[in-house]
Amino acid sequence: MNKLKSIFNWKMIYFLAFVMIVPKQAFAMHIMEGFLPVEWAIFWWAVTIPFLILGFRSIRKTIKENPDTKMMLGLSGAFAFVLSALKIPSVTGSCSHPTGVGLGTVLFGPFAMSIVGFIVLLFQSLLLAHGGLTTLGANAFSMAVVGPLIAYGVYKGASKAGLTFAFAVFLAATLGDLGTYLVTSIQLALAFPSEVGGFFASFTKFSTIFALTQIPLAISEGILTVVIMNFLKKYNVAELKALRVFSKGAEQR
Amino acid sequence: MKKNVILISVVVILAIFPLFIQKGAEFGGADGEAEAAIGEINASYEPWFSSIWEPPSGEIESLLFCLQAAIGAGFIGYFVGLTRGKYKRKDNVNNKEGQI
Repeated sequence: MNKLKSIFNWKMIYFLAFVMIVPKQAFAMHIMEGFLPVEWAIFWWAVTIPFLILGFRSIRKTIKENPDTKMMLGLSGAFAFVLSALKIPSVTGSCSHPTGVGLGTVLFGPFAMSIVGFIVLLFQSLLLAHGGLTTLGANAFSMAVVGPLIAYGVYKGASKAGLTFAFAVFLAATLGDLGTYLVTSIQLALAFPSEVGGFFASFTKFSTIFALTQIPLAISEGILTVVIMNFLKKYNVAELKALRVFSKGAEQR
Repeated sequence: MKKNVILISVVVILAIFPLFIQKGAEFGGADGEAEAAIGEINASYEPWFSSIWEPPSGEIESLLFCLQAAIGAGFIGYFVGLTRGKYKRKDNVNNKEGQI
């Protein structure tokens, strides 16, 4: 009970309240309600659920080990909310929005954002009729599972390769964002292969719609993530160290 | 912080740039386009489930949308102010401890 209390202090209540009250706007990334055949809808739900359990455990562990980082968890959530509210015009002449999960992933590891992303998608499908309950499994898999996994892998890889902290963060957020939309294209292509050309023809079609539009937005997301990270690096260095965000020597550069 | 100002300017330019090179484009959502593409690939597909609730109008939708951005930005603003305040106080108490 005590543990529960410490998790649900007022900061978390504020955060959860705005997660629940505030829905999302027309999302470009999401597969619309009812637009995945039943078998695919069930399949993606089944794939996503284990990651939600991992995500829940990861958040619980982080809060237990570093209670001071709760505010930063809230910040990661708030960042994802603001970014996914920004529908930005793109070079293809249509609009899309960033995902905002890269920041939380670099801070809290590959699984923590699965919960945040899932909540975003859930309330958005309930309150704004964007995305949907039947397609929630698929949408959560692309945005809350694969996006963060890519971002995490890129961040670790780039840090190991000796890139600066800021550049590693930029690459992680940008590629995680792009990866989300590529996965959406794959999911749609699997469910709707073309009669001529099959999976690949469909994939080309969907990825032109989603991924191409997303390229400038992914770059924007990368830059905005670096802006927040610059701030955290200046004022929250103790927390960043406690979360083991820096690889060896990265903080000096 | 000067670096951040430059970075944010780049983001703004990235967002405005398409408006000029794609004059006359609709700038609709990419998901609507995907819906159309599904129709082209498999014309017989019928969505088998529809949304439980939809915002009654575009105005309500944009109200909910503004609220979301405002509250999210509010939390970020609160976090930034709180953190800087803490940092400054620590800096005053012990000049060396607060330094990075």
